[in-house]
Amino acid sequence: MRWGIGRGSWRVAPGLYCVGEAGPGSPVLVTANCKMSFDALRRELDGVDAWILVLDTAGVNVWCAAGKGTFGTGELVRRVRAARLERLVSHRRLVLPQLGAPGVAAHRVREECGFTVTYGPVRAKDVLRFMENGMKAEPGMRAVTFTAMERLSLAPVELVGSLKPLAWASAALFLLGGIGPGIFSPGNAWHRGAGAVAVCVAGILGGAALTPLLLPWLPGRAFSAKGALVGAVVAGAFLAADGTSTGAIPGVATTLAVSGISSFVAMNFTGATPFTSPSGVEKEMRRAIPLQAASAVLAAALWIGEAFIR
Amino acid sequence: MRGFSYLEGVSTLRLDPGRCNGCGLCEQVCPHDVFSVSGGKAAVVDRDRCMECGACAMNCRPAAISVTPGVGCATAIIGGWISGAKPSCGCA
Ligand code: SF4
Ligand code: SF4
Repeated sequence: MRWGIGRGSWRVAPGLYCVGEAGPGSPVLVTANCKMSFDALRRELDGVDAWILVLDTAGVNVWCAAGKGTFGTGELVRRVRAARLERLVSHRRLVLPQLGAPGVAAHRVREECGFTVTYGPVRAKDVLRFMENGMKAEPGMRAVTFTAMERLSLAPVELVGSLKPLAWASAALFLLGGIGPGIFSPGNAWHRGAGAVAVCVAGILGGAALTPLLLPWLPGRAFSAKGALVGAVVAGAFLAADGTSTGAIPGVATTLAVSGISSFVAMNFTGATPFTSPSGVEKEMRRAIPLQAASAVLAAALWIGEAFIR
Repeated sequence: MRGFSYLEGVSTLRLDPGRCNGCGLCEQVCPHDVFSVSGGKAAVVDRDRCMECGACAMNCRPAAISVTPGVGCATAIIGGWISGAKPSCGCA
């Protein structure tokens, strides 16, 4: 599922589920009908008696669905009523994942269906501890994390997402690669085109895998700047490994292209992180996109021009 | 999450302490420890950590908090620029 393929089909039917020997006194935990979220929660409740109320979020996880409002006050109230929860349980408490809070107004849920919302921890693995503590979060339970493993697990999605643009760019590069003094040379198209595609791949890997992995250690705050820096280093390694593209012009063109692409791809990674704000991303993009575009255009011009001066 | 602050001074988060009743919900729901509630009043500890998720404002009953929530996703913002609509993310 992390690969971003066929995620839409990983759904759980919305409604009320019974875990163990759930009864009138058992807690009610609310989640989204994304199979990953549901399974994560059910795994943690092994050996516990509880109810799980699954909201219809079209298979989308809690946080993203809360941002869109599908994991929201209206849907929650509807599901509570549809399940006739007030007859099943004697208490009036719903435990929600904390990351559902952007979509749910606790006070409105209470006004509309009489149930009190308690926000549980961010991670399902802490939910049992949270309940045993008398519904109190311990330090760390409320903060989102972004560990190296979490960052790296996102790389495949970014890489798969870049395949289609890469295919289009490759077709264009093979065509452009053939342009030269002899108008068009199939041999050149193949050779120079393949070199240019390799440069694009290096840029994508720099922006989608290396930048996320090295994120906390890269200087600056803007993702585009971090990506450009990684791209420049990758370009250096690329040039050192590929002895054929020596000389100033191919060197400059490769560096511009790899860092420009890496910067753009890294900037797109902002959407996958749990700490970037839309205002910040928009500000960053207004500054970075013209620079990224300029470096790509300049790199392409140098690369095409180089064919004529050889 | 410390060390993961994003750009400075851009968050749209605003708190009106005059309206706050000290319920503490903002502190509970914020995934980035932006608030600290003590003595019956909420205070913004570090506005630059805010990612504009909107959880605090959504759950502040007296509407002491305002923030423009949205997705911090470059692809979505480009889409929004092109279509002129509010950015929406293909996040799953
Ligand atoms: S949620 Fe609103 S009322 Fe409650 S402590 Fe925070 S600012 Fe004050
Ligand atoms: S918008 Fe989200 S990140 Fe920002 S202060 Fe509110 S809860 Fe915290």
